[in-house]
Amino acid sequence: MYRGLRFLSPWTLSGILLALLVVFPILLLVWQWGTLTSVEISIWEHLLEAKILRLTINTLLLVLGVGVLTAVLGTGLAWLVTMCEFPGRQWLEWGLMLPLSVPGYVMAFVYLALFNYSGPVQSLLRDWFGSSHWFPSVQSAPGVILVLSLALYPYVYMLVRAAFLSQGRQLMDAARCLGQSPWQAFMRVAVPAARPAIAGGVALVLMETLADFGAVSVFNFDTFTTAIYNAWYGLFNLAVAAQLATILMLFVTVTLMLETYSRRGARYYSTRVHRPQRYKLIGMRKWIAIWTCLKVIGFAFILPLGQLVYWLSKTGLGEIDSRYPDFLGHTLALGLIAGVITTVVALLLVVSKRFSSNSILLNLTQRLATLGYALPGSVLAVGILLSLRLIERTFEPIIGLRGMLIGTVVALLIAYLVRFLAVAHAPVEAGINFIRPVLVEVARTLGTHPITLLRRIYIPLLRPGLLTALILVFVDVMKEMPATLILRPFGWDTLAVRIYQMTAEGQWERAALPAVTLLIIGLIPVLMLIKSTAVETSSHK
Amino acid sequence: MMKSAISQLTKYSLNLGVLALVACGNQNQVNEGEIKPKEKYTLPVVVYSSRQEHLIKPVFDRFTEETGIVVEFQTGEEGPLIARLDAEGEDTFADILYTVDAGNLWHAGQLGLLQAYTSETINKNIPAHLRDPKNEWFGFSVRARTIVYSTERVDPNELSTYEALADPTWQGRLCLRTSKKVYNMSLVGTLIERLGADKASQIVSGWVSNLATDVFSSDSLLIRAIASGQCDIGIVNTYYLGQEQQANPDLPVAIFWANQDTSGVHVNVSGAGLTTHAKNPEAAMKLLDWLASKEPQRMFSELNLEFPANPNVVADPLVQSWGEFRQDELNVEAAGRRQAEAVMLMDNAGYH
Repeated sequence: MYRGLRFLSPWTLSGILLALLVVFPILLLVWQWGTLTSVEISIWEHLLEAKILRLTINTLLLVLGVGVLTAVLGTGLAWLVTMCEFPGRQWLEWGLMLPLSVPGYVMAFVYLALFNYSGPVQSLLRDWFGSSHWFPSVQSAPGVILVLSLALYPYVYMLVRAAFLSQGRQLMDAARCLGQSPWQAFMRVAVPAARPAIAGGVALVLMETLADFGAVSVFNFDTFTTAIYNAWYGLFNLAVAAQLATILMLFVTVTLMLETYSRRGARYYSTRVHRPQRYKLIGMRKWIAIWTCLKVIGFAFILPLGQLVYWLSKTGLGEIDSRYPDFLGHTLALGLIAGVITTVVALLLVVSKRFSSNSILLNLTQRLATLGYALPGSVLAVGILLSLRLIERTFEPIIGLRGMLIGTVVALLIAYLVRFLAVAHAPVEAGINFIRPVLVEVARTLGTHPITLLRRIYIPLLRPGLLTALILVFVDVMKEMPATLILRPFGWDTLAVRIYQMTAEGQWERAALPAVTLLIIGLIPVLMLIKSTAVETSSHK
Repeated sequence: MMKSAISQLTKYSLNLGVLALVACGNQNQVNEGEIKPKEKYTLPVVVYSSRQEHLIKPVFDRFTEETGIVVEFQTGEEGPLIARLDAEGEDTFADILYTVDAGNLWHAGQLGLLQAYTSETINKNIPAHLRDPKNEWFGFSVRARTIVYSTERVDPNELSTYEALADPTWQGRLCLRTSKKVYNMSLVGTLIERLGADKASQIVSGWVSNLATDVFSSDSLLIRAIASGQCDIGIVNTYYLGQEQQANPDLPVAIFWANQDTSGVHVNVSGAGLTTHAKNPEAAMKLLDWLASKEPQRMFSELNLEFPANPNVVADPLVQSWGEFRQDELNVEAAGRRQAEAVMLMDNAGYH
């Protein structure tokens, strides 16, 4: 009896229910198009024969390249700005978050326009040297990897930075006392201790990479995602597209499970942090640190912004009309509401796992619930459409829901929740891992109600993680294009939709105005985060 | 119809409600452009369009001016729009599906999302090869996909047909756009229809071995590659060249009308059809008829440098400057029917 109750505790139940709600559209998609008629079989034969090898190699190359590059960039930069002191550090620390507001597809078309054969850089080189054939092709695996890494490293940077901040310097000092060199201490102590954060950040980056269609299609780099779209748009076969998407998700699940499994048993708790005493960099090292940060900010933010502003100066502000405040308003409102909803759901999921005894079951459901991030936006949107239709029709006899979900803001918000739950889940989960269980145990022995526990212990201690979650989702929703495009209600154009409309026919210059606006208002959430972390750090005095 | 109007109203109030909930404070703007039931006695025509707003809105505005019928539209990508129409089923508010490329319209027809509409006006104004044989959709503007060449390095007398671009004389001189763009699927689809799969496959393989560089993700990039000397010839939709010429009148790239002595230039359409579950079919039919008339036909040509589908309408001056040409009169429906086959053929030929 007691065991049964424990198994079905309200926390377990609500955790599983919430996760199922999110995973439902994905399951429905798979189920709906699980058909395998002779048409699908012949397409699969074709895929296996002509495409699968190339697609797999390309996708693995991309995932590996972007994964390694963002891990190195994100962790390295986070280390520099949290553990070292050099002139301009505070500015560079937040400057490194700016690229968060640059959508991958914008980064891609700016880089291609700048660096391809007919672009200004190679044209200049031809003027000087007569030929630019020696110039490496941007439309290549290294090109895509570089561009996506520049757009995505901030996810790793933000999570790892938070981890280093709560790690403090004691660990490093202990390692140094035991005779490790600074490099050894970093590699053997600081990095392993920050591993959940690094893994969480890289996992987000990889899921985003797998879901990305915008950037890879600008570079015409064939991956699993382009194959999904080619099956859908080219072969008119959504069944095969959904089946390919399922394989993609299976791959992601296995990878994530392996990562979790490999650090089973390890526990990461923070000693409460003092304001970190930073290592003061002097001489050459100081300049290298500044130069490295500046280079990254330059390539990932200043350069795209500069190119867009240049295009804007050519095309002028003619695109501005009375609806521009609407685009802005919709973009910000959707980002904020979706950010709040998604963060709350993530918090409930993470806490329910903590409270529940059956963590294996919850682990699995939560893993599934966060898979939406690896699913290409339009495919996910179709899953949402199908689920909403099912709900509308099932409940029609009871309440007249018909036609009240599809084509409303509700549909859009559900899509954002399913798509971005992973983004909110990662920082909240990383945060909860740092809360010492003893704190909660003491409170529970004193008979504290779980709700009070949530309000008085979890929420205050998780504040940095919750804020990071809110802001990441906020920015991600603002950048989101494919799902917004198909699910938005009439008249609800956002800046990302505007960019799509301008670039649909390949005229990137015309998208300069909405893109610049998006980059600039993307600064709002980033600034919010900076302000809140500034408060955090100073309160540790 | 009453029920749908009420349900539509509830929908909008729901949207407003969510907004009001967060008090983001721009409710006036949200109201704008949406239905104001008190002022309108007729339902608007609702269009799902994969043609982008700046190309379609001026045309719809003109229709509203002339008839008083309001047009509401939702823009998006073809695939998702068709999937949405399919998912909404009989609940949909869409009266018209407007897409680029006949293949998409053909596919929507296959899914049973469009209904036949026989219109004297359309039959009179739009040539038969630009319409669905079953009258489920109609082409309203024509896009020609033909050869462009560098005026500095190519003598147009060397050029003749799409097929001839597979000839080894063009080794290392050809540029193509990705096979994942529907325009190329259609072009190859019609090659298969005319010449059979084996011959079409040889031609596509010949193109691939003549490529000067990796295929491009857009026609504009391709034209710039020719202008800057990366390659000498390519295949593009003419309006992209028009856009580049408007930006740079001295562009050293020119149009060659392909296959004039054989099948004619490959054309495709942007077009529309009446949805199966249209809530406002009378007004929608009015809009379809009107789209075939002179004024909107002229506007299509002017707005995106395309060719009017109605042969009695004069194109934009820049478009006219490219000269007269003979179109391939194969029904554009073939492009849709052959599309899947064309995609697989291009995969097998290594055309990515």
